[in-house]
Amino acid sequence: MDNLIPVLVAVPLLGAALLLCGGRRLDRVGHWLGTLLAFASFGVGLALFFSMLGRSTADRPVHVTLYTWIPVNGFQADVGFQLDQLSMTFVLLITGVGSLIHLYSVGYMAHDQKRRRFFGYLNLFLAAMLLLVLADNYLLLYVGWEGVGLASYLLIGFWQHKPSAATAAKKAFLVNRVGDVGLSIAVMLMFTTFGTFAFTPVFAHASQATQATLTGIGLMLLLAACGKSAQVPLQSWLGDAMEGPTPVSALIHAATMVTAGVYLITRSSAIFNLAPTAQLATVVVGAVTLLFGAIVGCAKDDIKKALAGSTMSQIGYMVLAAGLGPIGYVFAIMHLVTHGFFKAGLFLGAGSVMHGMNDEVDMRKYGGLRKYMPLTFVTFGLGYLAIIGFPGLSGFFSKDKIIEAAFGHGGTEGWILGTCTLVGAAVTAFYMTRVMLMTFFGEKRWVPDADGHDPHPHESPAVMGAPMVILAFGSVFLGGLFSINSSFVHWLSPVTGYQEGHSPLSTTTVTVCTTVVLLLGVGVAWMMYGRRPVPAVPPLGSLLTRAARRDLLQDDFNHVVLVSGGSHLTRFLVYLEGKGLDGLVNGIAALIGGTSGRVRKVQNGYVRSYALSMFGGALVLAATTLLMRAV
Amino acid sequence: MTGMTLAAAIPPIPAPHIEYLQLSPMLAVFGAALVGVLAEAFVPRRHRYTAQIGIALAGLAASFGLILYLAVDGYATNKADLAAMGAVAVDGPSLFLQGVITLVAVVAVLQFAERRLEPRSSTGASVDAFAPEAAAVPGSDAERRAATSGHATTEVYPLTMFAVGGMLLFPAASDLLTMFVALEVFSLPLYLICALARRRRLLSQEAAVKYFLLGAFSSAFFLFGLALVYGYAGSVQLSRIADVVEGRATITPALAQTTGNDVLLLIGLAMLGVGLLFKVGAVPFHMWTPDVYQGAPTPVTGFMASATKVAAFGAMLRLLYVAFPGLSWDWRPVLWGVAILTMVAGAIIAVTQTDVKRLLAYSSVAHAGFILTGVIALDRSGLGAVMFYLAAYSFVTLGAFAVVTLVRDADGEATHLSRWAGLGRRSPLLAAVFALFLLAFAGIPLTSGFTGKFAVFQAASGSGGTALVIVGVLSSAVAAFFYIRVIVLMFFSDPRADGPTVAVPSPLTGAAIGLGAVVTVVLGVAPEYFLHLANQASLFVR
Repeated sequence: MDNLIPVLVAVPLLGAALLLCGGRRLDRVGHWLGTLLAFASFGVGLALFFSMLGRSTADRPVHVTLYTWIPVNGFQADVGFQLDQLSMTFVLLITGVGSLIHLYSVGYMAHDQKRRRFFGYLNLFLAAMLLLVLADNYLLLYVGWEGVGLASYLLIGFWQHKPSAATAAKKAFLVNRVGDVGLSIAVMLMFTTFGTFAFTPVFAHASQATQATLTGIGLMLLLAACGKSAQVPLQSWLGDAMEGPTPVSALIHAATMVTAGVYLITRSSAIFNLAPTAQLATVVVGAVTLLFGAIVGCAKDDIKKALAGSTMSQIGYMVLAAGLGPIGYVFAIMHLVTHGFFKAGLFLGAGSVMHGMNDEVDMRKYGGLRKYMPLTFVTFGLGYLAIIGFPGLSGFFSKDKIIEAAFGHGGTEGWILGTCTLVGAAVTAFYMTRVMLMTFFGEKRWVPDADGHDPHPHESPAVMGAPMVILAFGSVFLGGLFSINSSFVHWLSPVTGYQEGHSPLSTTTVTVCTTVVLLLGVGVAWMMYGRRPVPAVPPLGSLLTRAARRDLLQDDFNHVVLVSGGSHLTRFLVYLEGKGLDGLVNGIAALIGGTSGRVRKVQNGYVRSYALSMFGGALVLAATTLLMRAV
Repeated sequence: MTGMTLAAAIPPIPAPHIEYLQLSPMLAVFGAALVGVLAEAFVPRRHRYTAQIGIALAGLAASFGLILYLAVDGYATNKADLAAMGAVAVDGPSLFLQGVITLVAVVAVLQFAERRLEPRSSTGASVDAFAPEAAAVPGSDAERRAATSGHATTEVYPLTMFAVGGMLLFPAASDLLTMFVALEVFSLPLYLICALARRRRLLSQEAAVKYFLLGAFSSAFFLFGLALVYGYAGSVQLSRIADVVEGRATITPALAQTTGNDVLLLIGLAMLGVGLLFKVGAVPFHMWTPDVYQGAPTPVTGFMASATKVAAFGAMLRLLYVAFPGLSWDWRPVLWGVAILTMVAGAIIAVTQTDVKRLLAYSSVAHAGFILTGVIALDRSGLGAVMFYLAAYSFVTLGAFAVVTLVRDADGEATHLSRWAGLGRRSPLLAAVFALFLLAFAGIPLTSGFTGKFAVFQAASGSGGTALVIVGVLSSAVAAFFYIRVIVLMFFSDPRADGPTVAVPSPLTGAAIGLGAVVTVVLGVAPEYFLHLANQASLFVR
């Protein structure tokens, strides 16, 4: 049974190879082949899951070493897989949601000429993401980490004929490089400290390393997580990444890849638990990002960018929870899974809306769509209720637990973090209600597209509807399922560890507070967008609104500090190199050349001078030999 | 009656005992040389070329076979001994270096026999790189007649065989007189064939005269040193000299006046050193190399540059390791100086060279310096490293000069570097092979040059020569500049419109280049077996 673990990765990898190398022959069946292989992988994942459920807790983690990748003396890297409850959770999320989105894409990409390649990239992504979560050492994890980065780059820029898409892909790639450097430094630090990359020995010996080393590794891992999970300060790429096809946004930039940072932190819990400074940095990053993303989400008129801000904010919750240590890991992952469902559902809903609206993304040009797209309205609505944490739905359980854990951190920090998460919850309720109202309620504000066609909103085909329905089910019930008898906590805690927080507020108080701020957010949104007509042209807005529309000036900041700062530094270094280093190098070269030119004149072609030089040489030789004896 | 008293008065001369089997590799080559001379006299002109090549290759093949037989039979290790009354040592280093020299000679003979590069004579006979009639004055009617009638100087083959025989004897000679004889035996034919270039005959003859004059000068030093050392030790036998130097031997009463006079010894050692350093082309005795390498016919240059170096370093190793290890405190510092000077000067002067053959000449000077660092180590690892280096270097050199013969224009070989611009665009294969040889010269990993350099530097640093190694590495860096400059010139410059053409060689030159490339790669990628072989062979018999 355990031998099936490599098959999980191999199946979508085979799909990617077939689809990308197969050529035109596969054009007609390629999309179904890709979808079939994704479902096959999901099937294998399910089989492994039930096999794992059948074992006692202690026997659940399984290791499979495929072969030794780099066998150098003292440097041993294996291609080995580790399937425990944490990776199992991810396997099911990735293959499950991934398969649904493959299915959805069959409809969404039906008319795209490069459909076969699209499915090839999707399969490649699945393989890389599975490798990332199944690796039993950091080096192999790094391979998967780069693999998902590559797939993300290829898919964001899938419509590379649009300059905006090509630029967005490049931006995502570059920003991610910064994070990747963090991961590579962390891996190198681990190797120099522990002499290995494998999870088990690294975590076992973590307590023997110095505090400074652990903090360094932790901060570098956090940097990596920031890059991949679009956390402040490496958040700027996620909004632009919405240039990719909507299924990509749903799968990679909402449900799975962007949560890899949370996986990395949770997986490295043994290191973070011993490095309080790194943990503090993690919660700060999480708290800042959850507010940052939420504020950006409030101001966006582009439905996908509003959802992207929301993704950033929700992952902020997870990172914050993961930074809280053992009281938060389980809830970070639980929120990650529920978020995977409802955010994927929301994106697929958004895609369905766009599908019916001539690919229009501006919510100011929607309005009143609930009558025309009832299925999309219902599934999107359920996802909406789940994300704002409506009592009884998935998001309610998972987010509530994070808020409670934040308060449970204790002390002033606990109060600050708790307040941040509550404020975040209110803002979430506000911006998601705004999206809901602007899209499905109010008057029609439709306008003809560039070619003069009036939009004829219609429900999407069944192949797109079915995944939305399934995801909606997950959005509604998953959180409750996880919370019955704390089943998710029992499932995951053997891997991540778990302890109760010491919240100054009781669970009931937290729930009441959450519900109050939720209603507050919904109410304000209703006042602003439900009762009043939505203007087709966005009003000027306050200073904050204008800043939020520009993603809170993230690109301006990057431009001023990084781009122009970097170019000035480069210019300075070029100057220094030109005057200093080059001068030295060229000076030596000139010296050698000059010497050569002068010395070669001794070679004048006269045999008599040659003989003289030999004679002189012989004299010197004899004299020095004698001299050596004398001294 | 009187006859009987005389016979009684003069003690009978004991017949020397000659071990023919152990000497057979040299005898085979000398035999081939003598048969070649006879063939020159008796075989009709039109068959001489084929006959001479056959004789030469047969002699070399027999010699190589005998060397292999001796080595396998244990003469390189446990049966190693002095032969011919102590005049010739048949031991590991002798057999290893003799093997290298015969292989190099085979490749050289193949190149000498190349007849497709020069345009055919007016009678339609294909001709080689040698003058049609060596005795004819350049530019005279006699020469023109010889050229038009398609004559060829087939004497080069017996001459080469004599040179090879001398080279085989040189590293094996275990007394100073044999060593001197061997030196002259291989030098004189070389002087002659240097003068035999078909093109640029005046330059070739000038080179030969220079080589001869300076060679004679250096031989005189060697002979003078020999006499002084004899005066000190009362013997020319290397092991006997070592005994006297180290105070183990009883002193011959007749020579008691001079024996043990250290001034004689030291000056004698220096003079012997001059003779050998001249042959390997070490600074300041290197000045003949660029002129001679440039003037000699290119196949001969390749042969000289590789085989002479092997033989001369072999003799130097035997002299220093067998006769004078007791004087290492005296000669090592001096050789340090020579090695440093040789590496630095060779590398630096090469930087501004504009002629491929002169460039390779200075490169060979620098390489002599690198090899000297291994000689100075004065231990078994140094000996093995130097022998490996010599084997690796000679095949790279042969291959590189063989490539030079192929790049031609109307005036023969186009050796000016500017003419090589863009060669990589027009003849990528040839340029790539030449680039391989240059990288090997530069000592880039995965080529034999790297392995050899690594081995000698390791040996040098292992015996306290770290400073020497540092100078060596710095010189290598300078040297890498001019090697890689040629590669850049070949591959990254635009080809000239009037640039040279690359002649399509016969399989003979092709085999020489191919063998050079294969050995270069094999000794770079999988050198273990050959390093092991060289190390196993690295023990002198005394």
